[in-house]
Amino acid sequence: MTRILAAALVFLALAGVARAVEPDEMLANPALEARARAIGKELRCLVCQNESIDDSNATLAHDLRVILRERLVAGDTDQQAIQYIVDRYGQFVLLKPPVEPATYALWFGPACLLLLAGVGTVLYLRRHRPGPAEAPLPLDPGEARRVAELLGEGEG
Amino acid sequence: MTMKRLLFALPLLLFAVLAGYFWLALESGRDPHELPSAMIDKPAPDFSLAGVDGTAGLDRKELGGGVTIVNFFASWCIPCRLEHPLLMDLGKRLGVPVYGIAWQDKAGDATQFLKQLGDPYRSVGLDESGRVGINFGVYGVPETYVVDKEGRIRLRHVGPLTAEDVAKELVPLVRELGQS
Repeated sequence: MTRILAAALVFLALAGVARAVEPDEMLANPALEARARAIGKELRCLVCQNESIDDSNATLAHDLRVILRERLVAGDTDQQAIQYIVDRYGQFVLLKPPVEPATYALWFGPACLLLLAGVGTVLYLRRHRPGPAEAPLPLDPGEARRVAELLGEGEG
Repeated sequence: MTMKRLLFALPLLLFAVLAGYFWLALESGRDPHELPSAMIDKPAPDFSLAGVDGTAGLDRKELGGGVTIVNFFASWCIPCRLEHPLLMDLGKRLGVPVYGIAWQDKAGDATQFLKQLGDPYRSVGLDESGRVGINFGVYGVPETYVVDKEGRIRLRHVGPLTAEDVAKELVPLVRELGQS
């Protein structure tokens, strides 16, 4: 049992290391490499379309990673380096779409729908809230007598 | 009362709108993986490539002046073999030069490819690193670009060309660009 657990642990540890960024691509400067990693996670691999270029093994992703690092070494800011790739491949390469009029529906749609549903629920509940509990009707004389009798019996 | 009736009809209405939208999306036959190029109407990027097998190569200066076609291919690319017979007489059919760029390919392999299947290109540039392709916005091969007289990219076609693509996309566009 411990063996299996150990094997599973080793496997998990390795799975964590298995990344697409290859050693020969990495920059010697750790600060620049960290920036390149951060940007690479935000850029879409155009071949696989749902992986970042940091995660993808496609040749194009490799080339884009190398270009990205070249731009950073050349002194580009993060923004300039991203723009360099967006100029060639369009905004689709951004895994996180920018907030602008064309994407308002995407960014704010869900919140609006939630708000709408909330307002609808509140209105519905208000209308259907049970009214304040009505006071019970007073007993008529016959009933009062009967209750007194019953209570009297209990005591006697 | 009418207000309440309308409210009851609302979900049905929403459903109808959504269903209509989905149906249109399905019917249009649009492939969501095919994306508009960011390079449309922008000048073709600068490049100067060596040729394969001792040929002259390809320079950006050859684009512009007249309408041109630039076709990215590679010897390792299977769909390129599919469109290749169509490329063989594409230049004659459109009446414009067709240039080839061997993307992420080796000179020997590209030469072999052209020897085996025939060389449909006015001239061929070897883009071994793939950088020129990336500047064009190439995702993969084959891709075909139409460049106008001013050297601007006017069309990007992703994937192998079919006879229908040529008849419906390339022929009308090249004719239109040739007249303007």
